[in-house]
Amino acid sequence: MSPARGTTGWGMVLPALAFVAFFSLYPAIDSFLLSLYSEFPGPEPAFIGFGNYAELVQDPVAHQAFIVTLGFVLLSTTLELVLGTGLALVIHERFMGRGVVRAAVLIPWAIPTVVASQMWRFLLNDQYGAVNAILFGDRVDAYVPWLADPWMAFGAIVLADVWKTSSFAGLLILAGLQVIPDETYDAARIDGATAWQRFWHITFPLLKPALLTALLFRTIDAFRVFDLVFVMTQGGPGDATQVIQFYGYKTLFTEGRVGYGTTISVTVFVATAMLSLFYIRTAGSKLLQREPA
Amino acid sequence: MTNRPALLGGMLLAVLGSLCPFLWFVLTSFKSQIQVEAIPPTWWPDGSLAFYTSALVEHRLFHYVRNSVVVAGATTIIVLAVATPAAYALARLRLPGKAWILGGLLCVAMFPPIVMAGPVWQILERLGGLNTHWGLVLPYVSLSLPLAVWILTVFFQELPFELEEAARIDGCTTWQTLSKVLLPLATPGLFTAAILTFIYAWNEFFFALLILTNPDQQTLPVGIALFQGEFTMPWGEIAAASVVATLPLIIVVLLFQRGIINGLSAGAVKG
Repeated sequence: MSPARGTTGWGMVLPALAFVAFFSLYPAIDSFLLSLYSEFPGPEPAFIGFGNYAELVQDPVAHQAFIVTLGFVLLSTTLELVLGTGLALVIHERFMGRGVVRAAVLIPWAIPTVVASQMWRFLLNDQYGAVNAILFGDRVDAYVPWLADPWMAFGAIVLADVWKTSSFAGLLILAGLQVIPDETYDAARIDGATAWQRFWHITFPLLKPALLTALLFRTIDAFRVFDLVFVMTQGGPGDATQVIQFYGYKTLFTEGRVGYGTTISVTVFVATAMLSLFYIRTAGSKLLQREPA
Repeated sequence: MTNRPALLGGMLLAVLGSLCPFLWFVLTSFKSQIQVEAIPPTWWPDGSLAFYTSALVEHRLFHYVRNSVVVAGATTIIVLAVATPAAYALARLRLPGKAWILGGLLCVAMFPPIVMAGPVWQILERLGGLNTHWGLVLPYVSLSLPLAVWILTVFFQELPFELEEAARIDGCTTWQTLSKVLLPLATPGLFTAAILTFIYAWNEFFFALLILTNPDQQTLPVGIALFQGEFTMPWGEIAAASVVATLPLIIVVLLFQRGIINGLSAGAVKG
């Protein structure tokens, strides 16, 4: 390969790298640098080292936001993996009209999150909502103001997220199903294994890498939940649905506290990165050990 | 699965569960104000188009649609122009450290948006990019490039190597090989990358909310999220605008379901 081709290669990659460096990498690093400054007391930001992080550790609102976020991540990703596996098993089968079913399942994924959020907000409306109408019919006095109750509101954002993104988890799991050869099941079928036994003893172990990928992607995405909360609850009632990205947004852009806001965002970043590494390491090494068997 | 009834049940559940909530919103958009505010709710609409007219006339729906088309269209074109040569080089040329570049791109794609939000806002303020469409397109391009590069790299890797050797023997330069020989074969991959980028830019809310504070420039998601009535929530207009915002995506999904499924799993599983 001539050196001229090498230069062309770099020329081809460079614009992409420049974009990512300037609008993703540099901002992330700059966020960290900004988080070392405080807007208080003077007109000019003052360098305070890790002072903002010390404040964050003491901040009860931030604690609450982290707990809400973790709860949201755990609950929604678990439900999405379970439902996603079910969806994947269904759309993996060959049947008439499979293309239409696949497209139907993809629609929640394609709908803008803001639209899905307004939709669920209206479905759960205390007076005009379909959910109350289905549950209580004409018994209007039994209608529940779902989004006004802390626990129900939390359940509502989980529900909306699960509805919207289970199909994405399902697609990643489907990709895992597609690489399992059909012959794998033949012996089990001859031995008279039931469908459930075949799933649990053959499909599930072979599906673990795909499940892990889905878990990783969904976790990272659930950590950055914002649109649902902004539209459906604005973090309320109280702080019941105030997830960390919403708290960071309010601190940064509503209150204009750059130093403290970036501290929150850098913490979110570090938490996501650590969780991803943890998944990859624990589950990844187990998968490798499984390989020779 | 030989269990047909279970499959049928699962299929029905999946389709109804996916579609019914949104269908309710579609029905709402064709109701009259009286029907929307009926307690208990009525199911079947009059077939009134009043909310669509009101969304268009009083809530400037068309103007939001136009802004979204401009932003999502420009993002898609730039991403394809930048990602295609990069993916080609990463898939087919000998570049030192290209595994690192691909891995790095994947890591950047996982950054939570809020960690970039403050500095991106400051950069755009300095460049005069706040409340402009290009100011939103720049971060969109950066945020959707990693997935597009991944999809296209996987795609280029699967094309046979003999094609390029033949082209090289014929005296083509690297750029000519890409544009004349490989690009025509890579059309399905380009399509998938384009669709996923477009859907991302069409649906994105967080950066759009920060960068576009002036209603004149705002995109559909910001418009729909901030829809306000004078006295009550304009649910009918919100539903109508939501149907308009979602319709193009439903068409895209119906037409390109196969490409989308392959593209999403290429970005994830082979990574």
